[in-house]
Amino acid sequence: MRGVSLEIRRGEIHALVGENGAGKSTLAKIVAGVHLPSAGSVSVDGREVRYRSPRQALADGIAMIDQELALLPARSVIDNVFLHSENSKAGLLRRRQMRERFAALVERTGFELDPDRTVGSLRVAEQQKVEIMRALARTARLIVMDEPTAPLTPVEAESLYAVMRSLRDEGVTIVFVSHFLSEVLALSDVVTVMRDGSRVRTSPAAEETPGSLVEGMLGRSLDSTFPARPESVRAEPRLEVRGLCGTGRFEDVSFSVHAGEIVGLAGLIGSGRTEVARAIFGADRVDDGEILLDGEPVSPRSPRQAISRGIALLPESRKEQGLLMRRSIVENIMLPHLDDVSSGGIVRSARERREVVEAMERLSVRAAGPRASVDTLSGGNQQKVLFGKWLIRPPRVMIVDEPTRGVDVGAKRAIYELIDELTASGTAVLLISSDLEEVLGMAHRVLVMRRGRLAAEFSNEGAERTAVLAAAFGTEGRG
Amino acid sequence: MSATDLSAQANGEPVAEVRPRSRARIERLRDFGIAGVLLILFIALTLSSDVFLTSTNLKNVAEQAVAVGLLATAGSLVIIAGGFDLSAGAIFAVSAIVGSKLANSTGVVEGYLVGILIGAALGLVNGIICTVGRINHFVGTLATSIVFFGLATKISGGALIVVPNQSFADLANTQILGFKSSTLIFVAFALLCGFILNFTVLGRYIFATGGNLTAARLSGVPTAVTQAFTYVLSGTAAGLAGLIVASRTLSVNAQTGNGIIYNALAAILIGGNSVLGGEGAIWRTVCGVLILALIANGFNLLGIDPLYQQIVTGLIILLAVGLDAWTRRART
Repeated sequence: MRGVSLEIRRGEIHALVGENGAGKSTLAKIVAGVHLPSAGSVSVDGREVRYRSPRQALADGIAMIDQELALLPARSVIDNVFLHSENSKAGLLRRRQMRERFAALVERTGFELDPDRTVGSLRVAEQQKVEIMRALARTARLIVMDEPTAPLTPVEAESLYAVMRSLRDEGVTIVFVSHFLSEVLALSDVVTVMRDGSRVRTSPAAEETPGSLVEGMLGRSLDSTFPARPESVRAEPRLEVRGLCGTGRFEDVSFSVHAGEIVGLAGLIGSGRTEVARAIFGADRVDDGEILLDGEPVSPRSPRQAISRGIALLPESRKEQGLLMRRSIVENIMLPHLDDVSSGGIVRSARERREVVEAMERLSVRAAGPRASVDTLSGGNQQKVLFGKWLIRPPRVMIVDEPTRGVDVGAKRAIYELIDELTASGTAVLLISSDLEEVLGMAHRVLVMRRGRLAAEFSNEGAERTAVLAAAFGTEGRG
Repeated sequence: MSATDLSAQANGEPVAEVRPRSRARIERLRDFGIAGVLLILFIALTLSSDVFLTSTNLKNVAEQAVAVGLLATAGSLVIIAGGFDLSAGAIFAVSAIVGSKLANSTGVVEGYLVGILIGAALGLVNGIICTVGRINHFVGTLATSIVFFGLATKISGGALIVVPNQSFADLANTQILGFKSSTLIFVAFALLCGFILNFTVLGRYIFATGGNLTAARLSGVPTAVTQAFTYVLSGTAAGLAGLIVASRTLSVNAQTGNGIIYNALAAILIGGNSVLGGEGAIWRTVCGVLILALIANGFNLLGIDPLYQQIVTGLIILLAVGLDAWTRRART
């Protein structure tokens, strides 16, 4: 990040947008005292400050809510909310006073949380509420939020927006980083667009459109987010699922995916989408039902068996489930295919290297070399490596779970093109996503899950955003 | 609620730079650290003792390092695969006792073979408990180590077992090209472990399993088999080490393996291998083994009170683990 000047006014919602690596999170962290600027200055209320730790920033009423929430999962809600701002006398906690303060916070925010629940048992959206309450308990006047809505469902996001607005109306300043442009425009008063570590512009949100933001972030306009749908869906079903049951997770799920087809699987988080995917992939148990691959019944009991039959899964969390962060690109890409490049159990490293170099060129992975450790790569390049794992040997069925979560606009398009490349080679793709635009833009057909069951199916032409949402939420659902 | 007017300004200079160069420097520093300690020790001992730099002494140091070395090199694979074997010392005792008893009752070769096989079998037990049984690796192998030591005591009847047959000493003491066979066995075993780790599919699976169990499983790695293999290898190495020591001394009891596992684990950690798994190298472990051996040899040659040996050894472990933690933090 270089030479960025920025003014944030009291009581405004200020959005920072930009591609991954544009410097928005860095800027947010400097404001919150997590990072120290190597040059330049930060002034609060006209007074120059130099925070050496988040704690010093907190003393000036600046709190940060990171993407990865910083809570004590084994402690109760109230303990977390008043962590470091406990009421005490002579080192003893004043529980009644804290209860009263908690009740006041509940009234102020409208968060109906049980103060005695352990935080680890809460859903992510509720944990986020705990973080917000904690920031307020520490009398924060400026709250920095990094991607606050990324893990939330649409309804939860909507209620977070309401809270952010009401905090603003009370005079709290909010700085937030987001990839969701419609959210940015609807919520913020002021938007700062970043690119390559520099500020492009800061302007009132009312003067921006999604198109103008994208143009500012990329330095060029993006014709369309999604590539054109190829219409070459082949007739025979590649993957067929009949009456699949996984007790307590999903019930009676039946659908098929044809060769070259992309079927979207929409639904709320927790509706059973990921669980169905894991069952097909052999990662979790199937209690009843059939899985057919090219008409033949298969019942993979482990991911290893599934992979050998031509089923691949791109997991939703790249760092936790996808990559060996501290190992090389070669090792990561070749991990499922070592049998092909080894003889007698000994890896033929020249062959392996040749394949990986080729794949890196095709995917345009930017790295020091095939032996570079994956944790030295940017997020977008890591995602490409994850795709590369399966692209070098296109599987018969590919399940992609949230392929673009936390990925910026430019890299999203690249990932969509990779998915299309797979379908062009005849792979059947099951696309799980919470991003409705993505499902509607990419899939030939859309399946909607609700509470462990398939609730509806839409063809690409007939699918309306509101109809899909209604199916996901059930009859009482609102878009 | 007082006024909040905030402006962040940073002029001209890059504010946050990515640091691949300094990261590489830290990596090199970390590598240099261990080899450097070894080198410094070596030079210091050369200067302070006339006897140190003689082939007799150096061969002696190597021979003394064999048992710990076998346990440590195999143990490194367990740790890199995300496991932890606390029971290798107990397996060492069981194998030494069973091997010695069989050598007396049946025959020397049978003693060697069954001793090593018992080591492998007990390793398999560990492997099954920690993978299929899903018991925490520390707790599981701590429990089995107690059981195995109990087995050793029971089988030995609490007595010292003496092997009168001199040919039992062949495993450890045969001279080949001027080296003792035990030293050569360790060199071969360390090379084998290094080869597995760096050139085979299994080696990739070991790194993958220890580095990210979920990602490895979702990539089709047979994670349970991989971890179980490392335990079998560790058991085999412990069995081999037990037989070598029995063969060298021609007498063993249930206390034979006492404490050896701590030296082996210390060697692994001094080498800079991470307890968290997923990374590490055999040469690091060998460095750790040699550092421990040189410290012991130095105390011996310089005639210093052996009481200090433990203090110094413990401090070196602290230093090594501290270095590991420090470079990890710098890498994030």
